[in-house]
Amino acid sequence: MNEPRDEEIQSLLKQAIAPLTRNLERDLWPRMLQRLDERSATVPWFDWALLALLALWLCFSPQAIPVLLYHL
Amino acid sequence: MLEPQTELFEEFAQGDLEAFEKLFRQFQGEIYGWIVRIVRDPGVAEDLTVETFWRIYRARARFDPSRNFGGWARRIATNAALDCLKSGHLKHARTEAFLLEDSASVSPPNPGVQRDLRERTARAFQQLPAKLRIAATLALIEEMPYKEIAEALDISAGAVKLRVFRALRLLRKSLKEMGVEP
Repeated sequence: MNEPRDEEIQSLLKQAIAPLTRNLERDLWPRMLQRLDERSATVPWFDWALLALLALWLCFSPQAIPVLLYHL
Repeated sequence: MLEPQTELFEEFAQGDLEAFEKLFRQFQGEIYGWIVRIVRDPGVAEDLTVETFWRIYRARARFDPSRNFGGWARRIATNAALDCLKSGHLKHARTEAFLLEDSASVSPPNPGVQRDLRERTARAFQQLPAKLRIAATLALIEEMPYKEIAEALDISAGAVKLRVFRALRLLRKSLKEMGVEP
């Protein structure tokens, strides 16, 4: 770590890539709100899977439709 | 930065959007500043700041209001930046251009070091594995204390030193292959 050659590499590195300090130039809250809205509108994959299973079940057992409607 | 009241943290942990907004506005600049140092691309840093706060919001129930919010947020930000570097989401050329533009904006301590040499060093640095690159960026370029880096990476200071050491070895090897002998 403290070998002279390591220090030379570090020096070379600092001349190639300068330290960076940047301030945020705009408020990111509107983008955050947009992200939150997008995510809340997204239906989770397992909900889609359940819906697909239900549709399959109803296709193969149409007689179950009245039973399902009765229980809703 | 001063930590806000614990009450605000508690409200945030319970899912209060107003509390989250207050924390977002208070910490967005700090988190952005941290991320931009790692990814070195202002546009990507903005995206990652939003991604970080999205992860923070999802993990709100796991946050202990008695702990340091800034430190916790910084760890999440570091992980988001690490994921970005690993995924190769950063376009190589764009980042490289940014590095060079950045280098040109400050006068180098040794003007004798040629632009070509700086370019090759920056390219070799870009090829380092993401974990080593983050540790080396923060320790060698930004010259941040090992303790602070360790907290952000959620590892020990010894592990940070080891990553920096490995980064230097790999960098030396890459530079040697490029015909640069420091």
